[in-house]
Amino acid sequence: MILTQLTLVEQAVFVLAALVLFLSFSILAQARLVAGIHVFAWQGAVLAGATGLVALVDGEPHLLVSAGLTLALKALLIPWMLHRLVRRLELERHLDPLPRPAVALMLGAALVIFSYWVVVPIERLELATTRNILSLSLAVVLLGLLIMVTRRQAVTQVIGFMSMENGLFLAAATATHGMPLVVELGVAFDVLVAAVLFGVFFLQISESIESLDVDRLNRLSAWEDEP
Amino acid sequence: MVPGNSGGVVVGDLVNLSSGWVLLQAALFLFGAPLLMAWVRRVKARLQNRRGPGWLQPYRDLNKLFAKEALVAHTASELFRAAPYVVFATTLLACLGVPLVAVGQPFTAVADVIVLVGFLALGRFFLALAGMDVGTAFGGMGASREMLVSALAEPAMLLAVFTLAMTAHSTNLSSVIDHQLAFGLVLRPSYLFALMALVLVAVAETGRIPVDNPTTHLELTMIHEAMILEYSGRHLALMEWAAQLKLMLYGVLIVNVFLPWGIAREVSLAAVSFGLFAVVAKLLLLGVLLAVTETVLAKMRLFRAPQFLNFSLLLALLGLLSHVILEGGA
Amino acid sequence: MSALLMTVFVPLMGTLVLAGIRSLQLAGRLNLGFCATTLAAALGLALRILQGGDLTGHGFHVDAFNVYLVVLTAFVGLTTAIFSRPYMAHVCREGRVTERRMRLYHSMFQGFLFTMLLALTTDNLGVLWVAVEGATLATVLLVSLYRTPESIEAAWKYFILCGVGIALALFGTVLVYFAAQHALADPSRGLSWTVLYGEAARLHPTVMAIAFVFLLVGYGTKVGLVPLHNWLPDAHSEGPTPMSAVLSGLLLNVALYAVVRFKMLVDGALVASDQPGIAGELMMGFGLISFLVAGLFLHRQRDIKRMFSYSSIEHMGLMTFAFGIGGPLATFGALLHMLVHSLTKSAIFVTVGHASHIAGTQTIEQIRGLIRTQPAVGWGLLIGVAAIAGFPPFGVFTSEFLLLSATMQSWPWLTSVLLFGLVVAFAGLFRHLHPMVYGKAPEGQQPVAANMLPVMVHLGLVLWLGIAIPAFLAHWLDQATWLISGGHLL
Repeated sequence: MILTQLTLVEQAVFVLAALVLFLSFSILAQARLVAGIHVFAWQGAVLAGATGLVALVDGEPHLLVSAGLTLALKALLIPWMLHRLVRRLELERHLDPLPRPAVALMLGAALVIFSYWVVVPIERLELATTRNILSLSLAVVLLGLLIMVTRRQAVTQVIGFMSMENGLFLAAATATHGMPLVVELGVAFDVLVAAVLFGVFFLQISESIESLDVDRLNRLSAWEDEP
Repeated sequence: MVPGNSGGVVVGDLVNLSSGWVLLQAALFLFGAPLLMAWVRRVKARLQNRRGPGWLQPYRDLNKLFAKEALVAHTASELFRAAPYVVFATTLLACLGVPLVAVGQPFTAVADVIVLVGFLALGRFFLALAGMDVGTAFGGMGASREMLVSALAEPAMLLAVFTLAMTAHSTNLSSVIDHQLAFGLVLRPSYLFALMALVLVAVAETGRIPVDNPTTHLELTMIHEAMILEYSGRHLALMEWAAQLKLMLYGVLIVNVFLPWGIAREVSLAAVSFGLFAVVAKLLLLGVLLAVTETVLAKMRLFRAPQFLNFSLLLALLGLLSHVILEGGA
Repeated sequence: MSALLMTVFVPLMGTLVLAGIRSLQLAGRLNLGFCATTLAAALGLALRILQGGDLTGHGFHVDAFNVYLVVLTAFVGLTTAIFSRPYMAHVCREGRVTERRMRLYHSMFQGFLFTMLLALTTDNLGVLWVAVEGATLATVLLVSLYRTPESIEAAWKYFILCGVGIALALFGTVLVYFAAQHALADPSRGLSWTVLYGEAARLHPTVMAIAFVFLLVGYGTKVGLVPLHNWLPDAHSEGPTPMSAVLSGLLLNVALYAVVRFKMLVDGALVASDQPGIAGELMMGFGLISFLVAGLFLHRQRDIKRMFSYSSIEHMGLMTFAFGIGGPLATFGALLHMLVHSLTKSAIFVTVGHASHIAGTQTIEQIRGLIRTQPAVGWGLLIGVAAIAGFPPFGVFTSEFLLLSATMQSWPWLTSVLLFGLVVAFAGLFRHLHPMVYGKAPEGQQPVAANMLPVMVHLGLVLWLGIAIPAFLAHWLDQATWLISGGHLL
């Protein structure tokens, strides 16, 4: 498929999808918690924009609902909640830097190539115009995973988790033109509950170990030291 | 140099025409560059609630420096004397390779982007050598910093440029622009990333905030200024002029490759003057953007510069990847 | 239909009602009542399915395969509720949980059952995902119910790992939907399992194969397959014991159920491709590795609940392996194993709960001489472990025997690997069990009020299944076998 054969709106979907990927990298590279939350919010907003554009292209009104949900949840509500929690736990100036930023970023680039490799057989099918975005979505999912693996802060891990879900939403919106509405609503409900639970956990963790450094959650591994 | 297998008369005409073009472009660059610098300084002054120097101040500075005696340290070798000429010449040659007001002209056959990067690298090489030549602490420090920055910036620039080249199937800047014009407005994710990467590289290479600060001589942080600290008189003038040319070169590269609309595609007075008008307008706008970002941002600590450039490398890589992934390599 | 709706929505009602009940006594009784009603409805539903065939409509699909799991879920839910009432009252008296948290506990117990039953009965693959994720969300706060640093750590791990896994499963589901949209006349029904199953041959094989990898890794995390099993021992050991019983007995089954449903689709799509058995082979690989690794890890445990959760991983690995082999014999064996494992394992966790109350700890080294202090608990643990280790005449022996025969039929050289794994696991269990049951009881160890009725019922059933599988149940499992593998065993 050649980009120039698409309409401008479809090209804009591609650009927004690429931006979602870029924002995942930004989250990965971001050392300050609060900045990470802001980037995450932007990612949600861009994702909502992409979903909305797909809705326009396909004329599928239920995708607009999905875009609205994404905007409300991912760009506004969840970042706001995270922000409030960070303020409450007095972590505004907290840094959670990557141990080796260059290595992590290159690893991220490698993940992008890997996801392309995984999805290539599907892309050859010529099934849909937006299918190329599948590999980007997979890359966003894997980058979310990378964020969670490389970070020690509970808040950053949650941001990684949520940005992973952004990748899933991107895949659902662009490759399949959105899941059926009942599923969308169910997923949104799950995300919302998960976000609330994460908040509860932050409080519990910081109460029990007086920090949100999950590296210090290591008591249970002591249960298996017998040779 | 001239692509063409027509008769001798035509070739002669072409040679005349192209040498005319070359002179015109050289003149535009040589006299436009200080003006662009003045514009950036004025806007910046305005943003800081100052009145700022006049439009002609850079010319007056250059004029003053040319008139002064060039003092050379007694430890300096011939290299130190030669370096300003080499730096100025390579930068000017690089400028000639960038389509300024028109594309598809005979001389653009050499407007290859790899040649461009090569000229810039050659200039930088001599600049760094000259910095070390005198043997002062600052010169060596500046040279090593400059090399650190460029070692990271060059791959990023090449990657960004290759992204463009892959789209246009050519490393010739003129063809890249032609390709861009032929398809009209196409929103390419790869171009977006390449643009961002190139902007970051340009900021680093021209020594602007947040990588370097062109207005101070603070020994802890300076990069470019440290290398030319020992120069005076006409040598210094050439170095300054080369720096101004470089700024304009990157500006033209960015605006003409990514937003080529308005550039002349044929040789007629109307088209060329419109092309001139367009490129001036775009450069003025870019100057405003540069001034605004320099006012908003603070210079970052030197050891964060590698991170900054890694980021631009990443952007360039993303551009390349999204070209392959999203645009099907076409 | 009404039986189906009752089965699913009684627990939902229970979730809402119990959230508002303050009295611990009343909540415990109501919990029992809701569970009993659910079981009654589930039995009614089973009767209806076995007599009248599949039930499809309103987004639900019930056939012999899932109705059997529905009944199992409702049954284990009820017996666990019976156990949980005095057990949690005891915990409450010890002051480890507040009354507010008990409300959360009861409400989420029902919420968990609701999500399990919804996941089992729904026809929509998206809703299946939502329900399985919902099960995590319902149980994650129960794992950290005691608010000790360890339990919070366990819950966090559980949350993050399962969340990541389940996200990958959603990606797989999206891919399946993507394949469906290009194969079906009506793309909007592309997540309905029944529709997809009917049109499986038209689904694009490559897309389905890639989707299955994500689904297996995703739901496999929930099944507890190695190397994504890390959450399971932590969550089981730190949560309240009734939770361990339902997690091990039910949640793992439901996740495996999801994998099997997708395998049926993928097998249908790949039937004409050059690698028709790839889904089964993947499951066999993951299953076998989990089976062996968990067996070895059994030897290294110091916490009694962790030990039995590794035993769960081992058995889930065995079932995954068996479903991977496919064919009527292996499938029948796997279904039977699912049943007897759930019954036995929940009985064991109930007994372990009492044992740790007697000893006042979960550390294996400090649990000693149970059979002297309280013979009922000691015997219960002994018999339970004998059953789970595959001693005849218990049902686990029968199912493992079937699985070994099936392996012998299709992959003979793997039989020895399976036997080796069984022996390793057996040794691992018994080296820890012997001192706990027969060792010298510490001074002053007192018996506790223990309700061994659920244990006896479960182990009795397992014994019965080992000696003679009743004809109606054999017929029932055979129908399910036919659905999954396309062949009858009987």
